[in-house]
Order: sequence, then C-alpha cells, then structure tokens
Amino acid sequence: MAAQNLQSVPAEPTADQTQAQAAQQEADTAGQAHFDRVIAEDSRIEPKDWMPAAYRKTLLRQVSQHAHSEIIGMQPEANWISRAPSLKRKSILMAKVQDEAGHGLYLYSAAETLGQSRDKMMDDLIAGKARYSSIFNYPALTWADMGAIGWLVDGAAICNQVPLCRASYGPYGRAMVRICKEESFHQRQGFEILLELSNGTAAQKQMAQDAVNRWYAPALMMFGPPDDDSPNSKQSMAWNIKRFSNDELRSRFVGMMVEQVRVLGLTLPDDQVRYNEDTKKWEHGPLDWHEFQEVLAGRGPCNAQRLERRREAHDDGAWVREAAAAYAAKQVNKQKEYAA
Amino acid sequence: MSPHGNPEAPASGAAEINREAPKASPAPEQSAPAEHHDRSAWGLWEVFVRSSRGLSHVHAGSLHAPDAAMALRNARDLYTRRNEGVSIWVVPADAIAASDPDSKGSFFESPQGKDYRHATYYTKSEGVKHL
Repeated sequence: MAAQNLQSVPAEPTADQTQAQAAQQEADTAGQAHFDRVIAEDSRIEPKDWMPAAYRKTLLRQVSQHAHSEIIGMQPEANWISRAPSLKRKSILMAKVQDEAGHGLYLYSAAETLGQSRDKMMDDLIAGKARYSSIFNYPALTWADMGAIGWLVDGAAICNQVPLCRASYGPYGRAMVRICKEESFHQRQGFEILLELSNGTAAQKQMAQDAVNRWYAPALMMFGPPDDDSPNSKQSMAWNIKRFSNDELRSRFVGMMVEQVRVLGLTLPDDQVRYNEDTKKWEHGPLDWHEFQEVLAGRGPCNAQRLERRREAHDDGAWVREAAAAYAAKQVNKQKEYAA
Repeated sequence: MSPHGNPEAPASGAAEINREAPKASPAPEQSAPAEHHDRSAWGLWEVFVRSSRGLSHVHAGSLHAPDAAMALRNARDLYTRRNEGVSIWVVPADAIAASDPDSKGSFFESPQGKDYRHATYYTKSEGVKHL
C-alpha cells in the first residue's frame, strides 16, 4: 500500500529537483572555495570562473560607471578643441579626447564579460539611470581649465587607477593597465598648459590660478566619500578590487600636488594642507560633501547639459550605425548569391 | 552661439551650484526598440595585435562591429593609436572555443609530475660545457 502510494505521486521531478539543487549547492560550495583561494593568493578571477553574485554586481557597477565617466568625460575638453590656442594644442586635445573614448570602450568590454550587454549599459546612461564621476558635471570655463583638468583631474584619476591595475578581476585590471599607460600623457600635457600660463602675463597666470582654485576641491572629491561614510569600500578591499581606501589615496594625492604646485608657481586653494608627522599622512581642509552628493544625484552645474549632449551624439550617430548594419547585411546576401 | 563660443560658459561655477536645479530629465523611450534592433547586428569581435615582425599576435581586447572590415578599422583606432602593432587579427567572439575553467584539474593533468620534460630535471651534466 505504501509502495503504491509512493509510485502514484509524481515523485521523480521532485527527486530531480532535489538532485539539481544539491548539485547546484555543491558547485557553489566548490566555486566559493576556489574563489576564496584565488583571492587569498592574490591571483585573478577570470570571466568564466565562479564568482559570488555580490562580487559580480559590485564590479559591474564600478566598471560600467567607470566606462560612462570616460565617455561623458570627453565633453568638457571636446568643448575646447575648436578654441585651442595653437594647432599643436588642438592636436594634443584631440588625441586626448580620442583616448577617453578608447578608455570608455576598453571598460565597456571589461564590463561586458560580467554578463551585461553593452547596449543595456549605453541605454542606462542615456536614460539617466547610470551614474558617472561627479567631476564631469563641472563646467570648463577657460582655456586654463584644460590645464587644470589634465593636471588635477587626470592626476587624481591616475592615483586612483594605478592600484586598480592589480584589481582581482582580470579583464578590469588589464583594461586599467592600458588606460594608465595612456593617461600619463594626459596629466603632463595639463601640467604644461598651466606652467606656460603661469610663466605668461599676469592675466594668464591669474587665469591658471583661477582654474586650479575651481578644480581643486572637486578633484579631491573624485576619490569618493570619507572612509567612515563609504560602506562598500571595506568589502571591495576584502575582494582585492580596491587596494587602498578613499582617504588614503586622497591624502597621497594631496602630497603630490603640494610638490607640483610649487613648480607651477601657483598655490592650492587650501590653507589647511599639512603633513601630519604622527600619522605620516597629508591632510587637507574640509570638503563640501553635501555638494558631492548633490552633483551625484544629478543636481550639479552641468548634469543636464552632459546627458543632453550624450543623447544628441547618440541620435546623430544613428545613421552611421544603420548604414554600417545595412552594408554588412548586403555583403552577407551578396556572398550567399555567389555561393548559390 | 558662434561655433567658437563656449557652450560651458552659461553654466554656473562650482561655488554656485543650483540646489533647486531639476534632475536631468529621462530620455524619451520610444526610439529604444528600433535602436536595439539596429545595434544587435553589431557582433562582438576579439582583437589580436602583432606588436612587431617576428612576434605572435597577442589578444588585446574586444570590440563591437557590424562586419570584419569595420572590426579591423575599429581595432586599428582602438588598439593601435600609438604604433602598438604592425598586424591585426579580428575573430568573431563566438567562433572561439575555450577550455572549461571548471575542468582545470583533469584537463591540464597530463604534464603534472613529468619533470623529465624539462632540461632542469637532468643535473648530472652540470658543469659540462655546451650541454
């Protein structure tokens, strides 16, 4: 009787499900063990490896936001290409903006390996759903801003990105190696622009100082909120994605700028910069974190303008995408005809 | 505005952030499906670059392109802006067969314990010239 009952209920799918669940659990346990071992050895995770869902999610957010930042970051500088003071400066600026586009594409490639389509990322950016670095929502008002952006903004980016070359996710680290190689020219050309202005007329020197004054605090805020207020940092460091905390990197950056601003013959707009002998760290004055949050939330000086421009560029490029796809389809059809 | 005007100029400086400024408006959604259809024709390509004559092509990264000719041109612009290469291969990503990372152990087991395949295994000839 009991046996009959057992046979009459659809026992098999349940057993299969249980088995599948058990197999999945076993795979997850083995996967987690492998993941933990790779992280403990400070080795690299590759796209096809098992990884915790939260690790994938964190990376996808970070890498796609990074990619968006490169793409939006073309705008403040592209704006000055037509008004660069010489043909040499124009060529340099074009090369730099082209690099930013390239960096965006390297990073989209890396993000894609985590299982998100590029189209989805692009759509999220255009729809205003995705975040990008707060820094690009500030306006580039004068030519000296090209200097200050290169020196301070790219300088801060390099400081942040060099440790990311060792990020535990292989494709991200490899993209960062390529990016860092190219980025050093960006900072140097910015430094040169400021140096030339600083050694120019009084008005030019004033213009350089004004640009440094405006970009200093936003550049320091690029490293992200203070450590006490950065909930995700700790986990990212445990996963070897981040190697140093926001405050640590910010402090290092301030130290470098203190040296370099002297060579420029300019000053940092911060009278509280000092080296703390006890902690062996550079300290700076207070930053306006309310402003940072506002800009991130979409209420900065240029947020609307940047997104609008991005949408226009996307729409303006529609005919190119359509033409390329139509041409590719035509070629495929021709080949089929020949084959037939 | 003249083509040489600064479109950035009207925006307020960092110190004058408009706290009341509305959040950037979301993009119109209607064109999205058609776009998706167009762009789905752009497949993923893996790019291999030979840095100089005599060396192998090495994987540099990936990109999207509608066909091989465009993939090559995009690869040139994306991966060889600084003379990084003298030759480029592009391969449709889905044409690449890869070993399964989960079978790591057994798949690569064969060379394990076969030290005698390396010259360093043979130590008795140490000090003998030209060997």
